[in-house]
Amino acid sequence: MSTVAERATARDRPVARRLWLRRSPVRRFVGRLGFWLLITVIFVYALFPFYWAVRSAFTPEGQLFDTPIKYFPSHPTLTNFREIFSTSFFTRALLNSTLVAGSVTLMALVIGSLAAYALGRFRFRGRSAVLYLMLSMTIFPQIAILGALYTMMRDFHLYDRLGSLILSYMIFTLPFTIWVLTSFMRALPGDLEEAAYVDGATPLQVFYKVLLPLIAPGLVTTGLLAFISAWNEYLYAISFIQSTDKYTVPLAITSFVGKTGSAFQVPWGQIMAATVVVTLPLITATLILQRRILAGLTAGAVKG
Amino acid sequence: MSSVATPAPTPRRRRRTRLQRRQTRLAWLLLLPALAAVAFVAIYPLGKTVYQSFTDQEFLAGVSPTKWVGLHNYFGASGIWHDADFRHSIVVTIKFTLITVSFEFVLGLIIALVVNSSFRGRGAMRAVMLVPWAIPTVVAAQMWKWMLDDTFGVVSDLGKKAHILSRSNAPSWLADHPLMSVSAVDIWKTTPFVALLLLAGLQVIPTDLYEAAAVDGANKLHQFWRITLPLLVPAILVTLIFRTLDALRVFDVFYVFFGNRPDTQTMAIYDQSTIVGDGLVGYGAALSVAIFLVISLFVVIYVTVMRVGDQA
Repeated sequence: MSTVAERATARDRPVARRLWLRRSPVRRFVGRLGFWLLITVIFVYALFPFYWAVRSAFTPEGQLFDTPIKYFPSHPTLTNFREIFSTSFFTRALLNSTLVAGSVTLMALVIGSLAAYALGRFRFRGRSAVLYLMLSMTIFPQIAILGALYTMMRDFHLYDRLGSLILSYMIFTLPFTIWVLTSFMRALPGDLEEAAYVDGATPLQVFYKVLLPLIAPGLVTTGLLAFISAWNEYLYAISFIQSTDKYTVPLAITSFVGKTGSAFQVPWGQIMAATVVVTLPLITATLILQRRILAGLTAGAVKG
Repeated sequence: MSSVATPAPTPRRRRRTRLQRRQTRLAWLLLLPALAAVAFVAIYPLGKTVYQSFTDQEFLAGVSPTKWVGLHNYFGASGIWHDADFRHSIVVTIKFTLITVSFEFVLGLIIALVVNSSFRGRGAMRAVMLVPWAIPTVVAAQMWKWMLDDTFGVVSDLGKKAHILSRSNAPSWLADHPLMSVSAVDIWKTTPFVALLLLAGLQVIPTDLYEAAAVDGANKLHQFWRITLPLLVPAILVTLIFRTLDALRVFDVFYVFFGNRPDTQTMAIYDQSTIVGDGLVGYGAALSVAIFLVISLFVVIYVTVMRVGDQA
């Protein structure tokens, strides 16, 4: 038994790897060491800035401006977190961003899945034209229509209202959602659909009773990607929103003003605490759904 | 002619076309909300932008009635053609694009190659790579702005500890090396993403090619130049196009670091501050059109390169 298994693994192993093993042990060790060193460097490079935000968030304001710099807070504190939640400024921004990103995601998913049903499951003239239109929209520079949107928002009385953001964020969420969901729809086998038709289901019933449950994982992934991009948007937010009580998270993060001490002293501890609060849910969701996100991202980018 | 046709297939064909017609109608009905939304938030504003670029419209109505000024915004005495600030913003943006895209590509390729080899903890590694990508650009910019602080920043501190920087006068990153500072943020945030895209490309290369090459005595470097790189070209080109288009419209990082300081304005920042800051909607619209043209130029270059590559 064991010999068979051994032979199997030996065959599966790439030849290059076998040649590698044939080298002298010293060179092998050095090679391994270099490899793991590289892995460590990449690991640290990717995570260090986030670690630094966390350590600054837990460092008391006074210690933050001490030299020499401490790489680990000696007296970790929650003061910075308490401070940012003590006024409505930051909580309001969290609420606003959730509202905006949530509505945008919901709208994009509803409109997008209907369109994806048509594009992925029907054959008709003009189908590829619509697909190309959506694809070209995904690489559309948002700055190109800023002026027009700016005057439109004024004319619709949406200026300095969250509605302006919900509307304008459709520009980058909707085409992307349609593009990715269409690829999910297209990948489904036709049998179930046909069976439902034979049983007398209408196309709309087929859509929400058969197809939607099947692409549910796709909806979750696409929804998360749409949510993240709306949550992160800055250009339109800074252009259309003026009052601080309508600030979204990116606007709030860039406009923290210290309450204590000098007015010119940037309250880095609080900013970093806010940074951690904002980023943690995104990172958690991303890590949970990482496999699907990778699939969604490559469907959106590479296949384009 | 019609008498020649047998009567049997005619009703069947008609029935099929009726079904087809019904399907087509349903498809367009399903597409209607999406098309209406896109028309309203993208296509109409795009047309409006082009129209506005031929006017002297200002945001505050009532200052002066909007007039049609023809090509004045483009080629007039104070038009884009003679706008030194805009020219400077193009230079800044293109420099930023060249720096970041080339660093991200090289580093991303190295990371992709490393992660592509099988080792324990590969899944965790891939998860870690998604962390910078998930962090909002504005937040990442704030994190780095703090790390790059002159006196209390960790970057200067590490540099001093490693004896790369002198203890007495470490550079003031944002003031002395604005482009480098901004690029550092973008490279950190986007390299892992580039690596993931390239990794997806690497994983479709069949492994037996490498085995055959190894049997023929090709070493690792040979294999890389002769197998990996040529087969990765499509993935590389797509990644480069997406990254370039993204970098050319950069706004967030520069804005968080420098506001609309004139010497570090990118095309997007200059346009945004013209429209929103100065309220010059007409001139800003002309700038938008110009930016669109600059970006299109890059697309044309890439597409040409791809065509030439295909023929070769």
